[in-house]
Amino acid sequence: MNAPFKLTRRQFLIRSLSTGAGLTLALYLPGCGREPEADTGTAGPGQAGARIAPEVEFEPNAFVRILPDDRVEVVIKHLEMGQGTFTGLATLVAEELDADWSQIVPVPAPADPERYNNLLWGKLQGTGGSTAIANAYTQMRQAGATARHMLVQAAAAEWGVPAAQIQVSKGVLSHADSGRKARFGELAAAAAEQPVPEEVLLKEPEEFTLIGTFLPRLDNAAKLDGSAVYTQDIQLPDMRVAVVAHPPRFGAKVRGFDASAAKQVRGVIEVIEIPTGVAVLADNTWSAIKGREALEVEWDESAAFRMSSEEILADYRDRAKGPAAVARSEGDTAGALERASTRLTAAMHMPYLAHAAMEPLNCVMQLTEDGCEIWNGEQFQTVDQQNVARVLGLEPGQVKINMLYAGGSFGRRANPHSDYLVETAHIVKSAQGNAPVKLVWTREDDMLGGYYRPFYYHELEAGLDGEGMPVAWRHRIVGQSIMTGTVMEGGMVKDGVDATSVEGAANLPYAIPNLEVDLVTTELPVTVQWWRSVGSTHTAFAVETFIDRLARAAGRDPVDYRRGLLRGHPRHLGVLELAAEKAGWGRPLPEGRARGVAVHESFNSYVAEVAEVSIGDNGRINVERVVIAVDCGVAVNPDIIRAQMEGGMAYGLSAALMSEITLEDGQVVQSNFDGYEVLGIDRMPEVEVHIVPSTEPPTGVGEPATPVIAPAVANALSVLTGEDFDRLPLRLAV
Amino acid sequence: MIKLTVNGESHSLDVDPDMPLLWALRDVLGLTGTKYGCGIARCGACYVHMDGHTLPSCVTPVSAAEGKAITTIEGVDSDTAQAVRTAWAELNVVQCGYCQSGQIMSAIDLLNGNADPDDAAINKAMQGNLCRCNTYARIRQAIRQAAASLRAQGGEA
Repeated sequence: MNAPFKLTRRQFLIRSLSTGAGLTLALYLPGCGREPEADTGTAGPGQAGARIAPEVEFEPNAFVRILPDDRVEVVIKHLEMGQGTFTGLATLVAEELDADWSQIVPVPAPADPERYNNLLWGKLQGTGGSTAIANAYTQMRQAGATARHMLVQAAAAEWGVPAAQIQVSKGVLSHADSGRKARFGELAAAAAEQPVPEEVLLKEPEEFTLIGTFLPRLDNAAKLDGSAVYTQDIQLPDMRVAVVAHPPRFGAKVRGFDASAAKQVRGVIEVIEIPTGVAVLADNTWSAIKGREALEVEWDESAAFRMSSEEILADYRDRAKGPAAVARSEGDTAGALERASTRLTAAMHMPYLAHAAMEPLNCVMQLTEDGCEIWNGEQFQTVDQQNVARVLGLEPGQVKINMLYAGGSFGRRANPHSDYLVETAHIVKSAQGNAPVKLVWTREDDMLGGYYRPFYYHELEAGLDGEGMPVAWRHRIVGQSIMTGTVMEGGMVKDGVDATSVEGAANLPYAIPNLEVDLVTTELPVTVQWWRSVGSTHTAFAVETFIDRLARAAGRDPVDYRRGLLRGHPRHLGVLELAAEKAGWGRPLPEGRARGVAVHESFNSYVAEVAEVSIGDNGRINVERVVIAVDCGVAVNPDIIRAQMEGGMAYGLSAALMSEITLEDGQVVQSNFDGYEVLGIDRMPEVEVHIVPSTEPPTGVGEPATPVIAPAVANALSVLTGEDFDRLPLRLAV
Repeated sequence: MIKLTVNGESHSLDVDPDMPLLWALRDVLGLTGTKYGCGIARCGACYVHMDGHTLPSCVTPVSAAEGKAITTIEGVDSDTAQAVRTAWAELNVVQCGYCQSGQIMSAIDLLNGNADPDDAAINKAMQGNLCRCNTYARIRQAIRQAAASLRAQGGEA
């Protein structure tokens, strides 16, 4: 008997060096064509640039390296921006390798679309759409299983025993009969001599020892003593800090500038014009900020955008009366509305939103002999390589990227135009000499800098039958397209419909026989971008508050009403029932408190939230408690899933209660946390998270909790006040 | 020259007296654990201790720190600091981590003055520390846990 793994394991085929579509393990032989190398010596997450890199002993594939000192380095292709991907992807390798959790060291991958692409995005490396675990689930497990297989083969050869008799547990291989034992590091050199297997078997879920358990995050220690390295923390010899004076309005340009006062500021080195404004370069951050304050720029605002948020809303209301592109059409909606017993209508709007990650945007870049090198909380490697290369006259492969920790992103660091990286490239290109440059956006630059969640206007109409059940549903959405003009346009915009504008609305799960969802796409100079949970940020609010209005009109309980409309959607129904049960739905609450519910699918994960809400004496909306149920397939790291549900929900709660970017005369009003309010600890509700047990493939958790809270809170407020809520952030009638 | 005492070490800095302490720590002394978040004392990412109490370093001129004991996340080390870090790690509080230096400095200051803070006291003390990952529920729990472990240690002594 010589089978490498227990026979209960499901067979899984890997094609070495396969170039076919789908899940391929980017295998390569040690010593052969290993450029570009995954970084081991530079500053990276958790390493503070000071790590000693011993010689790698055993490197069976692009994701696993076993060092003589027993450490197992797991190369992570996705950005750690808080969502836990360093821990999550490492868990998958450690599971199949049967490593000890304490020996696992995550190492950021270099930019390389051949080896480190997002398997759901083709030959594109990047992090987003809650895809990290979903795309790499099998890939990372195969990487670990391959390494394990080769270690076992090496031990079998060295000990002269059958491979099938070798056990692997917590980083130790052992053979019971002979009493032989060896740690991974001891066998690494011999394992490297073994042939890379064509096939490996992966564990069945019941064999998991790490997946599904609590594991400490691998980035805890560095984030508790200040040693974790973010872009903001990079210091290179002779580095210049650049702060840029940007135009005050979208569409404005530099007409001229006077840098004489700026150059008088101690520490300022030079002042240069770039396409996006005027950059002040100094030998420290404060001098660059002071230099910009002293700079006098005359702006050409002849083509500047001058509308206010109120004017945009009025314009969108007009456009809603015009032609629209159909996203989904079933039955005879107009006829069914005519015949309905009761008709309800709603008009809602949602503001521009800034991502407002704690770390404002920044980027470090240096021209090198053979191209350029970037240090960044890097979220969109392949696109950034292309865009930076274009500015600098390089090939994308000449753009080397060191992926650092990001102090949040919520989508912002994956900009389809690489806005802040391109700005850095222009500065590097125009500056004297080849000194490295750290671009620093102040909080004001970050908040005024555009690329917002778009402003949206929604109109809904429904017809109910005599029983109060919906027979017709019409939903029109008006707003800017996120995907148009980006590399994603080809795949995401079809027949005038940007899929991200209507996601969460066009795939309405409720069984309504006559249904029409359409879209009016607007064009404005205000730049827009995906924001945690993208289209669902607005569609979930529209759909889930409107369905509650229908339930109220029908005199039905909102959970029961949804239950009746979710036939054929067992996973929606599953989370709805679980959240309702755990929240004590239907049980009495203290006077002045009410529950609201919402359920929504995004990124193939299903989330229901029940919010308990009261109204304070001061008219403040108090969200007291939130119960969340999530179905995201196999729960790889249950504690990280809970953390993403807690945090993702609360990120949406900021937008539900307080955050908005507004425009006056084309200027953004909110420039810092004094104007753009976000949730503080005093407004954080008690949260309870329940995960539906599942053996389905794992799906995303970074985003799906975010869009569900605003409708849940609004629905609770409607119970308390009898009012309908038609805007975000929510405002009580005075 | 500005004379600063940071984490017990004395430094002489040739910087403008109006440079915020934040940038002196980060750009001049290389202590980058203290973070820039807003520049207007509205987010708490830049909190350090001055004579043991939290202070927004982003709006404090470096000259105002002369003659004071400044402690940063790199240097903070006490039973309270240890208890806070342990609780933070055990509860997987951190996500992106960018605000956590400031959160930890505030939590230590709170626990130094209040051995058993209730949620209201925690909310009040931690209100100035924003976290866009919204780790707040775990921060509350971690502070209670750290407080309990410190009380247990005190009981043993």
